[in-house]
Amino acid sequence: MTASLFYLFAVGLLGASLFVVLNPNPMYSVVALVFGFANLAAIYFLLEAYFIGALQVLVYAGAIMVLFLFVVMLLNVQSDADHPSLPRVFRIGSWWFGALALVFIGLFLLLVGRSALALLAPSEVPPTQIGSVSQVGEALFTRYLLPFELASLLLTVALIGTVFLAKKKI
Amino acid sequence: MSDTLYLITLFPLVGFLVNGLLGRWISERQSGLIASLAVLGSLLVSAQLLLGLLARPAEDRLFVQLLFAWIPVGDLNIDVMYRFDPLTAVMTLVITGVGLLIHIYSLGYMRGDPGIRRYYAFLNLFTFMMLNLVLADNLVLLFMGWEGVGLCSYLLIGFWFADEAKARAGLKAFIVNRIGDAGFIIAMVLLFHQFGTLSMSEMAGKAEGALVGPNFFTIVTLLLLVGAIGKSAQIPLFVWLPDAMAGPTPVSALIHAATMVTAGVYLIVRNSLLFSLAPTTMATVAAIGVLTAFLAATIAMTQTDIKKVLAYSTISQLGYMFMAVGVGAFSAGIFHLMTHAFFKALLFLGAGSVIHGLDGEQELGKMGGLKHRMPGTHWTMLIGVLAISGIPGLSGFFSKDEILWGAFIWHDGVNWIWLLGIMTAGLTAFYMFRLYFLVFHGPARWPGDTQPHESPSVMTIPLTLLAYLAILGGYVGIPEALGGINRFHHFLAPVVISYHTAIAAAPNTRPLELLLMAVSTVVSLGGVYYAYRIYRVQPALAEQLARRLRPLYGLSRNRYYVDEFYQAVVVRPFQKLSGLCWNWFDVRAIDGLVNASARSIARLSGVVRQLQSGLIQHYASLILLGVIFIMLYITMG
Amino acid sequence: MVVPLHHIIAISGLLFTIGVVGVLFRRSAIIVFMSVEIMLNAVNLAFVAFSRYHGSVDGQVFVFFIMTLAAAEVAVGLAIIIALYRNLRTADLSEIHELKH
Repeated sequence: MTASLFYLFAVGLLGASLFVVLNPNPMYSVVALVFGFANLAAIYFLLEAYFIGALQVLVYAGAIMVLFLFVVMLLNVQSDADHPSLPRVFRIGSWWFGALALVFIGLFLLLVGRSALALLAPSEVPPTQIGSVSQVGEALFTRYLLPFELASLLLTVALIGTVFLAKKKI
Repeated sequence: MSDTLYLITLFPLVGFLVNGLLGRWISERQSGLIASLAVLGSLLVSAQLLLGLLARPAEDRLFVQLLFAWIPVGDLNIDVMYRFDPLTAVMTLVITGVGLLIHIYSLGYMRGDPGIRRYYAFLNLFTFMMLNLVLADNLVLLFMGWEGVGLCSYLLIGFWFADEAKARAGLKAFIVNRIGDAGFIIAMVLLFHQFGTLSMSEMAGKAEGALVGPNFFTIVTLLLLVGAIGKSAQIPLFVWLPDAMAGPTPVSALIHAATMVTAGVYLIVRNSLLFSLAPTTMATVAAIGVLTAFLAATIAMTQTDIKKVLAYSTISQLGYMFMAVGVGAFSAGIFHLMTHAFFKALLFLGAGSVIHGLDGEQELGKMGGLKHRMPGTHWTMLIGVLAISGIPGLSGFFSKDEILWGAFIWHDGVNWIWLLGIMTAGLTAFYMFRLYFLVFHGPARWPGDTQPHESPSVMTIPLTLLAYLAILGGYVGIPEALGGINRFHHFLAPVVISYHTAIAAAPNTRPLELLLMAVSTVVSLGGVYYAYRIYRVQPALAEQLARRLRPLYGLSRNRYYVDEFYQAVVVRPFQKLSGLCWNWFDVRAIDGLVNASARSIARLSGVVRQLQSGLIQHYASLILLGVIFIMLYITMG
Repeated sequence: MVVPLHHIIAISGLLFTIGVVGVLFRRSAIIVFMSVEIMLNAVNLAFVAFSRYHGSVDGQVFVFFIMTLAAAEVAVGLAIIIALYRNLRTADLSEIHELKH
């Protein structure tokens, strides 16, 4: 049951991502990505990473994608109306650029697969519950306290940087 | 006492810096005054030091001052150390004394020249360098002065550099001197290799009885001689000096007659110990000297440019000095150096006065009859002419006869060096009186609109003083044969090696010496007489003689074609070779190589440049490429 | 959970590749940016999977930090895109070659 659910969500995730990449219209892409991230959150839940799954919905599918949506609408970026998306997209360099990139991507995929197989995957799942909010929280506030605080600092810096960049005059 | 040595060079250096750096803010007159005062300061310090020397016993006459360590590198220790001994005293006084008079003379001669501050700056720099040359205890410091005076010579010959011929003359002097300097440098390296020091006082202690190859001293001294030949314009490197007359006349008087060109003689005398250990070199020096003296005198007989006559006369007299040191009469060489400085500076300044009075005319053919127009110049020049001709009673007589006496006893009797020397004496008298008659006597040949005038007193007073020196300068060295005690010789004796002390002291030589004096006087008077006959009594005779002796006359007139010979044998082939190197090797090989590498780089860059498209996705794909390589390394490796 | 680990890793790799393709081939800066987010999430997925299968919470803590970073990055990145758009009147990466100069 969980296994089939996992594959279902995985297909949803990959499909949505492909749509994002191949679709010419940024509006649709954003919506598709929200959908994909929702699928990913579901996979997290299946993996019993409840805290991360919740964060995925809140931060990614919620906050970040809303920001994207907002910018797309703000800029009113029409998906290059006169450019049909995929065939032209390959022409960013030239034909040989595309061919070369495809070769690389194929090679890349192959290597990722090999690497994944090379990792001796333990097939038995440990019985322990590790994904609960309390357990992640405990790790965050004990062993990872300093990185946690630094992360808050990073967010502050990003906030200031964003305000500065987005001001009318740079 | 010895701690004031540095003042001698400090004054001209300050004068140079003031004139050179602050020239813009001082007037023309102030510039000249500052320069003259600087030399006067050096003169006074030198004179005081000379008195200090004389107050000491003969063997203790030496002041030394160590200023600072200049180049301490490993075994090589070069100190800036000044050394003031009798030889230096003579040189210093000549340089500052004659130099001062010429500085003052220049006030009148150079008046109104726009470059006068530059002129005085160079003149003071020259004095500084020349004093360093004679004060140096170390060959390297001496060489600095040596090169420094060469530089100033170049700068002053080409002083009016807007005239290309003059600029070229400066260049010629500089380049010809370089040939000699190469010999000097090699000699220094050899000496350092042998003795581990370049200080001349230390070297002198090690030279005698040193365990060296039999030819070591011959080679070293020959190389030093090459340097001396270049500087003192001897055969075969004399060609630069006549061209050097392109400079202002006071410069010719100071640098190209009285001081710088005698540096070669000074170098030999300063290293007389080394030279006396190499008899072959000594013979070479004597031969070169006497040949130069004779040939230059024959050239001087036919020149028509007043300064060219004096230039060849200078070469001839320098040959005399070389002859003196070559036969071992070192003190006689220095004696002649001093007297020559007096009368040749006088002659040059007199010639300058004549040129000044004729508004720049230098051709003897356009002078004549100036005796009454320029009385002061006339009388002083006459004294100079008499002095150089060796007429008894004037300074040139004493020094010249001492040299001839040295040459005579060199091989215990009549020898070719002495014979050529005495012939040169006659020729000297002849061409100097030729000059005198052509300038001051006979019909006036200058163009009608020129009004010859006597020079201002700022020019004639130095002339007068030099005339006194030209008369009296010889009386410091009256030979024993004439009842004197030859003070000059004894003063220099501690510093120079003398071959002939024993012979000269022998009592029975006195009648012989007197006889030789009489002979040379007669020869000189003969020269004067023929000059009088040809150029004063029968002016047409000169033309006839020239026609009858056409080949000889042409040879002399054209300076034995030495310049043409060098042009054909050295300069042209060198230019051709250079042209070949340039057209073929440089343009094709070197430029080709450079261009080829540049082009290939450009082509390669053209390929690589396309990576720099500015498109971020191209960069990202290169990152991906890198990631793939890393993964390949991890999984395959 | 009966799904083998390497299946999850394979899905993560595919997701990452899709992101790479988007970054390399799309011309719209916003889509490229979204592709970057896809790549980040592919990594997150691998982290969570390993964390689960190795019974260690560290992987999930890493994901937490990556999300924090992603939030900051998106904020700054989108601001940059806005600034670019304002200055160059385009968000088409093939027309932006400022890096060349």
